Amino acid sequence: MFRFQSRQQQRLDDGGQINRLAPINFTFDGKKFIGFEGDTLASALLANGVRLVGRSFKYHRPRGIYSAGIEEPNALVALRSGDRHEPNTRATAIELFPGLEAKSQNRWPNLLLDYLQINNLLSPFLSAGFYYKTFMGLPGWHFYEYFIRKAAGMGDGTKFKDPDKYDKKHVHCDILIVGGGPTGISAAVTAGRAGARVILVDNHPKLGGQLNGERYFLDKKPAHHWVEKCVEELDGLENVTIATRTSAFGYYDSDVVNAIESVSDHLPEPLDYQCRQRLWQIRAKKVILATGATERPIVFSNNDRPGVMLASAARRYVNQYAVKPGKKAVIFTNNDDGYKTAFDLVRSGVEVVAVVDSRKNIPEHFEKELNEKDIEVIASSVVIDTYGYFGLNSVKIGTLSHDGKTIESNSYIVSADLLAVSGGWSPNVHLYCHSGGKPVYNDSIEAFVPGELSQNGHSAGASRGSFSLTDCLQEGHNIANTMAKALNLEVAEQIIPETDENTIVPIEALWRVPGKGKKFVDMQDDVTESDITLAHREGYVSVEHLKRYTTLGMGTDQGKTSNLNGQAIMAQEKSEPIEKIGTTTFRPPYTPIALGPLAGRDIGLSYKHTRRSAMHNWHKQNGAIFVEAGQWLRPQYYLNEMEQPSKENMDKAISREVQTVRTSVGLVDVSTLGKIDIQGKDSAEFLNRVYTNGWTKLPIGKARYGIMLREDGLVFDDGTTSRLDECHYFMTTTTSNAAAVLSHMEYYLHVQWPELDVKVTSVTEQWAAMALAGPKSRNVLSKLLPTIDVDNESFPFMGVREVDIEGVPARIFRISFSGELSYEINVPADFGELIWQRILEVGQAYSIRPYGTEAMGIMRIEKGHVAGPELDGRMTAADLGLQKLLSTKKDFIGSKMMDREGLKDKNRPRLVGLVPVDKKSRVKSGAILVKDPTLAPPVPKLGHVSSSAYLSPTLGHPISLGFVSGDIIETTKKIWAVSPLHKESHELEITDPVFYDKKSERLHD
Amino acid sequence: MLIINCPLCGPRDHAEFTYVGDATKNRPENSDNSNDNAWYDFVYLRDNPKGLHQELWQHSFGCRCFVKVLRNTLTHEIIATGMPKDNLILKEKGLELSV
Repeated sequence: MFRFQSRQQQRLDDGGQINRLAPINFTFDGKKFIGFEGDTLASALLANGVRLVGRSFKYHRPRGIYSAGIEEPNALVALRSGDRHEPNTRATAIELFPGLEAKSQNRWPNLLLDYLQINNLLSPFLSAGFYYKTFMGLPGWHFYEYFIRKAAGMGDGTKFKDPDKYDKKHVHCDILIVGGGPTGISAAVTAGRAGARVILVDNHPKLGGQLNGERYFLDKKPAHHWVEKCVEELDGLENVTIATRTSAFGYYDSDVVNAIESVSDHLPEPLDYQCRQRLWQIRAKKVILATGATERPIVFSNNDRPGVMLASAARRYVNQYAVKPGKKAVIFTNNDDGYKTAFDLVRSGVEVVAVVDSRKNIPEHFEKELNEKDIEVIASSVVIDTYGYFGLNSVKIGTLSHDGKTIESNSYIVSADLLAVSGGWSPNVHLYCHSGGKPVYNDSIEAFVPGELSQNGHSAGASRGSFSLTDCLQEGHNIANTMAKALNLEVAEQIIPETDENTIVPIEALWRVPGKGKKFVDMQDDVTESDITLAHREGYVSVEHLKRYTTLGMGTDQGKTSNLNGQAIMAQEKSEPIEKIGTTTFRPPYTPIALGPLAGRDIGLSYKHTRRSAMHNWHKQNGAIFVEAGQWLRPQYYLNEMEQPSKENMDKAISREVQTVRTSVGLVDVSTLGKIDIQGKDSAEFLNRVYTNGWTKLPIGKARYGIMLREDGLVFDDGTTSRLDECHYFMTTTTSNAAAVLSHMEYYLHVQWPELDVKVTSVTEQWAAMALAGPKSRNVLSKLLPTIDVDNESFPFMGVREVDIEGVPARIFRISFSGELSYEINVPADFGELIWQRILEVGQAYSIRPYGTEAMGIMRIEKGHVAGPELDGRMTAADLGLQKLLSTKKDFIGSKMMDREGLKDKNRPRLVGLVPVDKKSRVKSGAILVKDPTLAPPVPKLGHVSSSAYLSPTLGHPISLGFVSGDIIETTKKIWAVSPLHKESHELEITDPVFYDKKSERLHD
Repeated sequence: MLIINCPLCGPRDHAEFTYVGDATKNRPENSDNSNDNAWYDFVYLRDNPKGLHQELWQHSFGCRCFVKVLRNTLTHEIIATGMPKDNLILKEKGLELSV
């Protein structure tokens, strides 16, 4: 088993939570390495002695691994390749998997030789706001910007389509526990025993949190025994769900917490049935935020070299991963953490040169172990500077003056390849802040802690500033019991295990060390101490402005290790307490998340519903080319068997369809029209209020065309409504307004006129509808209904019949959209295809032909009927030529507002027909109408083209409908249509909007 | 992420609802010339209050009922729900109108 050891020169022979029997191959920048199961990419790189892993954002300085968790500011790598390539992933949070491929970023041509490291030499000029100050004033910012942005930045994205699937799930629970460290586990055990429905989420592959990275003993046994015992108990409880590799990233209104579960990110690729990630939307009655704390650095010169890392990270690498992050270590601390680090490192065979403690007094209880391990402690001292370009090789140590503002002259240099730094711990208050809470500053731990509660999310343990392990365990138990009580559950017992920790000696704040050189506050964004002091000198007083000016905390790590240091330095500059400076707003997501799980499966064809009519399959099998109409798929036109889809064949098909309807008979699927069933004894009165025309006298068995206005007096929708019985009406709406018209009517029935006895129900999908149109349609109908009189007297225009077509109940409406004699036949959707086929069979004698939306559209334009493009919500009834439908005898929706002066203006644009002067130009709908296309802008707009038929087969040339200002219609016959984006302009003749059968004789006979 | 207590269906996720608007506006009874201002107010004027607000939501993906909701626009807290004609402010007596 030690075969692999030879190449992992920094790996310890035993210990850690890695599986030495499971070696894993991976590559970094093309070089092959081996790590073990249980490693992260960072720990495996360190095991192999790799310290340099990236270049910094702005100065291209060599950077290494700084942390051992999601807070990592430096070790950002590009993971995988091809369509699974993912930039800016944190090496410290990537579980090692076989064949893992990682590349360093932000360097060219390679990591050792990066040409842009010249920025580091130029850095005295590259202060906060440098690029804007220098280039924005000069002409050609857009030219510079390209190169400036190229020089800065992170990894590149992939241009390929994401091959992976993502899922979403909605879950509910009594108590959600975020964080599976000691606090979270303790809380879960108590809440679970109390019988609460518990969800425990943790972003690591296994529970334990900080216990995994430390050498704690619980009840005199290594802490993992306790963790395993608890997990075993929790696994046995049906009311407890444990979700590992699940990162809660946002806390929203109503105690909803969203989390991303990494289902297969730890595998080379997802298994066949697996999604890559899953979004959990968790709705909890109570939330326990056991999110722990993050260690922060101390700001001193060249504190960013590979080999400098957080003290807790150094401990985690030796304890959890059995990796020595260096051979010779200096520890720099302002709190007790440094000592724990020293002991763990020495125990693992790392030579500890010194513990540099900025405090005056060394905690007494450490002395025994310090002596035993022969560790030198240098009190009242600081690390002033570091050396080693590609990796740390020595450290300069000095004594801090009494006021802390200068360094005594007795400084000296020691050699070391590891510098473990602890500036204290900041509670992870992010989710608490998302929930609406405002953190407050706590002097005793020198960090922000949760303040007042905003929702039902209670912080416990380290995330509320309780850093002792005993406190964490106790608080988790207590809060869970308090919540159980509030949820009326039995309170549960739990014996809190005994810990072996020492009492904590208070931290003494040390934010920065005096001295020259680059002192990094935010390593990911290359923000230095001098950037912050510069911002202060330039008058930035708000911490929010400081953030935006210097970009402090604006990287993908959201300043997890840098925010407080930056704010503290600002506070020192202003000589104000930190609590007065405040903190910036934390917003979701807590960690960077992919967009995939937010979209889930709602992509591509699943992005929205696809609605198909009952006759869809027939259309598909019979040459239909479909077009999307809202969510519907409708046949646009039908190709013959011999025809291939092409522009010419499309024109041919459309012409053929129009000519068939105009001369013989055609059949079109109109199932998509909105259909609303209206019942109740006040239905007539209701329609009278909804429509602009009169409805009280409509007899049973008759249909009527009507328009609806909005309250502001503009036209909302049109359609026909038929009276089927005394108290039973059937309304049709335009396809696009079907849902809106239903809601509109429901609003008036529920909110304004609840006294009316009317019920409205959408029946769009219950009825299949088809229009049989053309001079021969009556012949077809009479063959279809041999026992019923369908002559003009028995079944007149606007007549409605409920009949039986060969045993299928049907409603037949004699209404016309095409301008021909026409019958709209509705049958229950299940019989749609049957009756459709039957009609085509019967119609064969008259060369019947199905027609699509194109032919239908052309015919309604020929007839001057308004449709969706004309009913655009900006038109009055008069604009559309429908003023005769406005009753003066009654109030209706919109009747009050429609008479306003502006809406009655004679010069408003109104509906006209438009014909290209050359009789062949195809005018785009949406084209703007102007007097003369050669005029210099601004050119007054005289109207627009709303609908265009590129060829009217009936008239032999293109026609359009449009709107032209009233005064222009009076004085001019010609006008120009322009589409500047298409560089088109065409001269048009203004005509009557009805091009065909002006007296409507064809549909009445 | 709100929960709206539909008077007919019970508590439901707000994703089932469609926001309609201000529920404090009354539609004038008729179209007389005497009530121009009342109409103008009903059709066009909307306050943007900070704090408690009565608004209408339609339970579009449920019973399709219009629900009156008393919501705090500052905290998003939903204090009460009822039928469109209910006066939720009076119902929740003791609550002040502004925060």
